[in-house]
Amino acid sequence: MNRLESVAEFQEWQAGLAAGWDESKPCLRVCDGTGCRALGSRQVLAGLREELRKTRLDTPIEVVGTGCPGFCECGPLITIYPQRLSYQKIRPDDVPEIVHKTLIGGEIIERLLYTDPQTGQHIHTEPDLPFYQKQKRLVLDFNGRIDPTRIEDYVALGGYTSLAKALATMTPEEVIVEVKASGLRGRGGAGFPAGLKWELCRKNVQAVGAGYIICNADEGDPGAFMDRSVMEGNPHRVIEGMIIGAYAIGARQGYVYIRAEYPLAVENLKIAIQRAEQVGLLGKNILGSGFDFSLGVRLGAGAFVCGEETALMASIEGRIGEPRPRPPYPAESGLWGKPTNINNVETWANIPIIIGQGSQAFAAIGTKKSKGTKIFSVVGKINNTGLVEVPMGITLREVIYDIGGGIPKGKPFKAAQLGGPSGGCVPAAHLDVPIDYESLTALGAIMGSGGMVVTDEDTCMVDFARYFMAFIQEESCGKCGPCRMGTKAMLATLERICAGKGQPGDIEYLLELAEEVKRSSLCGLGQTAPNPVLSTIRYFRDEYEAHILDKICPAKVCKGLITYSVIPDKCTGCMVCLRNCPGNAITGAKKQVHVIDAGQCTRCGMCLSVCKFDAILVQ
Amino acid sequence: MKLPVSEINDIINREAQGEGSLIAALEEIQECYHYLPPEALLLASERFDVPLAQAYSVATFYNAFSLKPKGKHRLHVCTGTACHVRGSPQVLDRLQTKLDIKPGGTTRDRLFTLETVNCLGACALGPIVVSDGEYSGQMTPQKADQLLKNITRAEAEAKR
Repeated sequence: MNRLESVAEFQEWQAGLAAGWDESKPCLRVCDGTGCRALGSRQVLAGLREELRKTRLDTPIEVVGTGCPGFCECGPLITIYPQRLSYQKIRPDDVPEIVHKTLIGGEIIERLLYTDPQTGQHIHTEPDLPFYQKQKRLVLDFNGRIDPTRIEDYVALGGYTSLAKALATMTPEEVIVEVKASGLRGRGGAGFPAGLKWELCRKNVQAVGAGYIICNADEGDPGAFMDRSVMEGNPHRVIEGMIIGAYAIGARQGYVYIRAEYPLAVENLKIAIQRAEQVGLLGKNILGSGFDFSLGVRLGAGAFVCGEETALMASIEGRIGEPRPRPPYPAESGLWGKPTNINNVETWANIPIIIGQGSQAFAAIGTKKSKGTKIFSVVGKINNTGLVEVPMGITLREVIYDIGGGIPKGKPFKAAQLGGPSGGCVPAAHLDVPIDYESLTALGAIMGSGGMVVTDEDTCMVDFARYFMAFIQEESCGKCGPCRMGTKAMLATLERICAGKGQPGDIEYLLELAEEVKRSSLCGLGQTAPNPVLSTIRYFRDEYEAHILDKICPAKVCKGLITYSVIPDKCTGCMVCLRNCPGNAITGAKKQVHVIDAGQCTRCGMCLSVCKFDAILVQ
Repeated sequence: MKLPVSEINDIINREAQGEGSLIAALEEIQECYHYLPPEALLLASERFDVPLAQAYSVATFYNAFSLKPKGKHRLHVCTGTACHVRGSPQVLDRLQTKLDIKPGGTTRDRLFTLETVNCLGACALGPIVVSDGEYSGQMTPQKADQLLKNITRAEAEAKR
């Protein structure tokens, strides 16, 4: 196809594609995101194509690999159109049965349906799955429907019409007014109003005559994969948002800075950029508007600090990712000293929605100060691990129980950790908190970029804080002293407490250090690093005290404070633990109760993981 | 192993001709050889016209780069938060003990390199170990043993 030369040509192309998009035709949509791939979706996809080829149906059935619809817990996922029948946890050997029984015979295979754990009933179709009931899918709505490598799919569903609308009917200033009116706040964590940021940057770009925009896709929070799924499943939405942003701000060059640990997202993004260039949605004179914009990709090289905007820009410039003091803010002096606007993936992906549907429709969703939706990756001790998009203002309880399906084995919920290493916990007492920027901040947590790690009684909150501090200490770039040395001192204290060598006064010492690191660190990484410690002390001080004063780890996690022993009544003398013990700490003979020598035991947990009779006791 | 200097040169030239940066060139070399040979850093610093010290500072700052050659099989243990609360420390412990190396280390026979990764975003599967690009989910210390056994057995068979 030729380059599109005008908005009219685009509209004609779009109308043709939209008319050809037919979800009432038989089609198999298979999740081909990283999560399902890790579970074997590639083999399932190949198997389906092969089986259908062999079967030679009269009316061919299309097989489409899509982006992640979010229900990772039950992957690999298949949705069979037009009924939208949902099969889950598909193995390659299920493929012939799916083709012959369901596709040809029209019979439903009950075994592959989702079973509602509450009612025990089978759920047949995707829209009926409880997981999707309370979600509001604005950004993720095409994930699971389109092939992310085909620009035609995105356009058929209305993609790039917002860009055409902006170019044909709006001035750059009007675009900014619209984004401001929508109330969209940055989805990267801090929640700065996006429109305001754009306005500041536009002013400087006009004064200097040059500027850049950047998409921050360096999603480094461990346990968070929202941006990855958007990039993998619908990269064109991000690109469209960036083109609209560049038009509004007046930038002619943009960059996507993306983690190299996300190979599929990088691949799909690069394909998408190439296709957008080919059809004339990127490059010179976009749709005949006279506006030029090109987009480059930069890979992160595994440094968490590069998610901080000044470090990110240093990295794009080819230097080590060390942050610098602000001001000047990027809007004044950013990439190569030029005014630069940085937003994260989800923020950019919201732009086409705002321009397409209008700011009023967008602002109607959410709370007074937090508009629109937010994507969370709900992980950890949760039944339905996955990606959820919810309207702002929904309660944490609804996310954990109604969407997430509660805690495995019916255990009680302990806390949800939001915002990763910069964030904090929301304990069970606050389960009914509405999810918005202000309410979460008031509780000592943050909205963050969307990582939500759920914990239960088996999670030790001191160890949890130690985990985040170890992460931050490892990732601290070392430029400023408070972060470099302060986090080291905090980590050493936490390690001592977890090893059973805590002393009275340690909590106060941690609090003092935390305040100092927060107050005097150079960048956001250090300024927020103590948050997980502060938050766990705030809500779980008793656990810290148990470690320090009673030398007990209530969750039975911290190695220095636990012992392993054999429960004589349950031990059958099968010798499995004895054979597997790496420290040779277990003695006993066949059919005799085994004994663990506490002195030899390294508390590696091997015996616990191999015992089939639950005969290992951890105290 | 003799280093294909001309190949490395090609990679660097390709990156330098586009709008690529020093980091992009080093990423490409790391991807091909799984480490950055000293020659590569020297060539890159000349081609990008930066002091060798700066090339080294970039190479040692970012986690993705390694100055030491890696083993034949690379094991990545995910230590993301979701994997952590589901027991990845025990899995990592087990692999460390079995292989007698720390994360980042390579066994003396150059067969294994053990590494950690902050999050792969496949949290539903946690704890995860990726061996040579293949994901193994819901790992336990016992499954980690089995994973090592499978690789060493395949190696022994290949030798025979």
